[in-house]
Amino acid sequence: MRKSRKDLLPKGEGGAQGLRASVALRVVRLPAVGRPIPGSYTRERNGKLKNLSWRLALVGAVLAAAVVFLLPTINPQWWPHRKINLGLDLQGGMHLILEVEAEKAVESSVERLSHEMQEELRKSKIPYADLERVEGNKIKVRLLGDKAPKEFDAVLDKEFANLRILSRTADGQDQIVVMDLPPKEREHIEELAVAQALETMRNRIDQFGVSEPDIRMQGERRILIQLPGVKDTQRAKALMGKTALLEFKLVDETGDLDEALKGKVPKGSEVLYEQKTDPSTGRVTRTPLLIRKRTLLTGEYLKDARVEIDSSYREPYVSLEFDKNGARIFEKITEENVKKRLAIVLDGNVHSAPVIQERISGGSARITGSFTDAEARDLAIVLRAGALPAPVKILEERTVGPSLGRDSIRSGLMSVLVGGVIVVLFMAVYYKGAGLIANLALVLNIVLIAAGLAGFQATLTLPGIAGIILTIGMAVDANVLIFERTREESRLGKTPRAAVEAGYAKATLTILDANVTTLIAALVLFQFGTGPVKGFAVTLCLGIVASLFTAIIVTRIVFDYMLFQRHIKKLSI
Amino acid sequence: MEFIKPDINVDFVGRRKTAYLLSAALIALSIVSLIAHGGPRYGIDFAGGIVIQIKFPEATTAGAIKTALSPVGLASVMVQRFGEAEDNEYLLRADIGGTPTEGIAQEVEAALRGATGKEVEVRRVEVVGPQVGKDLRAKALFAMFFALLFINIYISGRFEFKWTLSALVAGALIGAVLLASRFQVSIPVLIAVALMASIACFWFLRLKYAMGAIVALIHDVMITVGIFSIFGKEFTLPIIAALLTVIGYSLNDTIIVFDRIRENTRKYNRQAMETIVNRSINETLSRTILTSGTTLIVVLALFIFGGGIIHDFAFALLVGIAVGTYSSIYVASPILLAWHEESPGKNRRKKKRS
Repeated sequence: MRKSRKDLLPKGEGGAQGLRASVALRVVRLPAVGRPIPGSYTRERNGKLKNLSWRLALVGAVLAAAVVFLLPTINPQWWPHRKINLGLDLQGGMHLILEVEAEKAVESSVERLSHEMQEELRKSKIPYADLERVEGNKIKVRLLGDKAPKEFDAVLDKEFANLRILSRTADGQDQIVVMDLPPKEREHIEELAVAQALETMRNRIDQFGVSEPDIRMQGERRILIQLPGVKDTQRAKALMGKTALLEFKLVDETGDLDEALKGKVPKGSEVLYEQKTDPSTGRVTRTPLLIRKRTLLTGEYLKDARVEIDSSYREPYVSLEFDKNGARIFEKITEENVKKRLAIVLDGNVHSAPVIQERISGGSARITGSFTDAEARDLAIVLRAGALPAPVKILEERTVGPSLGRDSIRSGLMSVLVGGVIVVLFMAVYYKGAGLIANLALVLNIVLIAAGLAGFQATLTLPGIAGIILTIGMAVDANVLIFERTREESRLGKTPRAAVEAGYAKATLTILDANVTTLIAALVLFQFGTGPVKGFAVTLCLGIVASLFTAIIVTRIVFDYMLFQRHIKKLSI
Repeated sequence: MEFIKPDINVDFVGRRKTAYLLSAALIALSIVSLIAHGGPRYGIDFAGGIVIQIKFPEATTAGAIKTALSPVGLASVMVQRFGEAEDNEYLLRADIGGTPTEGIAQEVEAALRGATGKEVEVRRVEVVGPQVGKDLRAKALFAMFFALLFINIYISGRFEFKWTLSALVAGALIGAVLLASRFQVSIPVLIAVALMASIACFWFLRLKYAMGAIVALIHDVMITVGIFSIFGKEFTLPIIAALLTVIGYSLNDTIIVFDRIRENTRKYNRQAMETIVNRSINETLSRTILTSGTTLIVVLALFIFGGGIIHDFAFALLVGIAVGTYSSIYVASPILLAWHEESPGKNRRKKKRS
């Protein structure tokens, strides 16, 4: 009896099991004088069992949580409404990275300031010439006469306090002043432009109608857009990429268009093109127009934009409705410019340039042009969602068709199945009973990974499935380590209980250590990875943690149950 | 059931010279291949460009596709078969060049449909601008750098439980990298500096286990990269992920063998180091083969059934895991032993103390 009890104790050296051994030794040595206390075995057994029930409760709780988190994936109606998200590579869709050309927003601010300054100088009757924007974001003005600079400074202080004077140079009687926006102001405009672009993108995608889009900032100027399930990628791209800057400008009817086309553009005007596509032949015609640079009204003042069908030509057009301010401005423009042509310019292209017949009050206008239904609809969307404060550039585009996504899911699952079945069969054959326990852990492991994906709202991607497959291979590693140790201890002549005890004790630390390195790699990948790679990092992390839990805690419970409750005499390992 | 008998005693250590030769040959081959190919072949993620995956209803040839595409005006287009032959899938690779990429997929689809008279399916389009490619390259290298840094810190402290030394190594590494980065060097150089600094640290601090582990790790990554280069495969983001996983896995294997060596040095402290190392390798051999076996089986399943998109990723893992297993037996442990033979005096003193 004494001998067998001693065998219960692990003959470990160092580390955790050494500690346990010394504690256990004290239990044995206490009654050293007389016969061993008959209850000591029971006491240890009771301790084990109590411990066992604790661990059982823990495993039960984890399992229950896992099932709860998996429910919505089976039926989305079920609480807690968090399904496993599929990545774009599995469900198909579109991934875009846009860059906001924020410096253009600064340029247009400076342009606006220069127009305002012209207005102010005219109002204050300060003699000036050649007021223009130069080198992107500087304003240059020539002040005529020696009285002008003083008056100009007064206007500057009062109306344009945010402008910084770069240089003043005397040129005969005149003075040339160059100004710009200080860096802080520029940064502010750029930040605002990016933030506003993000908001505008959200609005556009909202109206385009994509379920569960993901729109977020990436870095300082980039916007990441993920549109799962989008089929008409071309249309989506056009919608995202359009600046949608709507401007109303007068046609320069005094300037000479032919001269302008040769390069002699009159001051304050520019050549823009009106592009028309013949719907029947598909032929594109480009008509040049000489347009005044000054913007009279922009899409900023729009209240609504809708697609309507022209009753006589059965062609779609976009009807615009201005807000109160816009309506007033529009009324004023039309009043002052009767019989002149007003060009409707969208992103630098003239859509139409009708002649103003009379003053238009009420604040409504229409954009005609040879639109298809979809084009008109998208134009209305972008006008409603508002213009981008600066143009965007598509830096990265990845689209996956739905059929490829389905194929990927099928082949991914196929590899999980084939790999899993081979490993499960192998473990059962090689380790017999213990192998079955390891297989139970393996199945639980996959359940936990899936629950983790749902619970953390992570995204499952194709490399993510590869991560699960890899986990299957590595999860059995922990059990292989334990079982090999247990076999070794058994060969030394230990009882099953002692062999299992020693096997776990000696292998646990090694298992923890060995997994730390893979976990480090996975965490770094998670931090740096994007899209599919991040999905791989997620399943790998989840898989490592889950496999530690199942291999060290769950399989141990089964062994302890077999050894202490069922009094198994021979290990099937 | 047992594959490996418990009393197995293969003389791994005795064959280490052969192993050194093999490893040296493989590494030399890798370097030669990398030089011959002008560095690693970057995939679209890192080089930028256009990739279009198309599926035809019936068999066609790469030449026919190329001819059909000639009016589209893609810069230096490359056509490759993708996946199984019966899938009739092809991958088009082109540089972005000056061509506008808006609607390129539609143009390609129209051109192919016009030429073949059949419905072709555009299954995947990826356009990566050169700037993004550069950024992704930097990001991937940073990921590798940080993974190496953390793993270095971990292994320098972990084997001999000298965590103060580990802090020292971390400090030295970060110092070296900060110093190097003042000279505006590129990230690959930074990684090389970090690696050299860590090897130097391990040498001076006499961290022999850490040294064995890091040499094995470099060995594994170099050979995997080399084999990739020999097969002309492209480096993409997922491949970097696979390489990092291989690093983690290779260390996992090494740690288990080293743990047993440490345990056995305490147990049989009168025996020669060579016997102890060989004994430890043999004792863990069963586990090494089983784990590598199961992992290789599942990765092989992925390689065979996972489809074209994951094919190269699985290939990298397959190579890396095989090389990693080999290196923990034939590289990491012999390095440890070689160190031991170099400085017998030091070790005797150490033994007496313990």
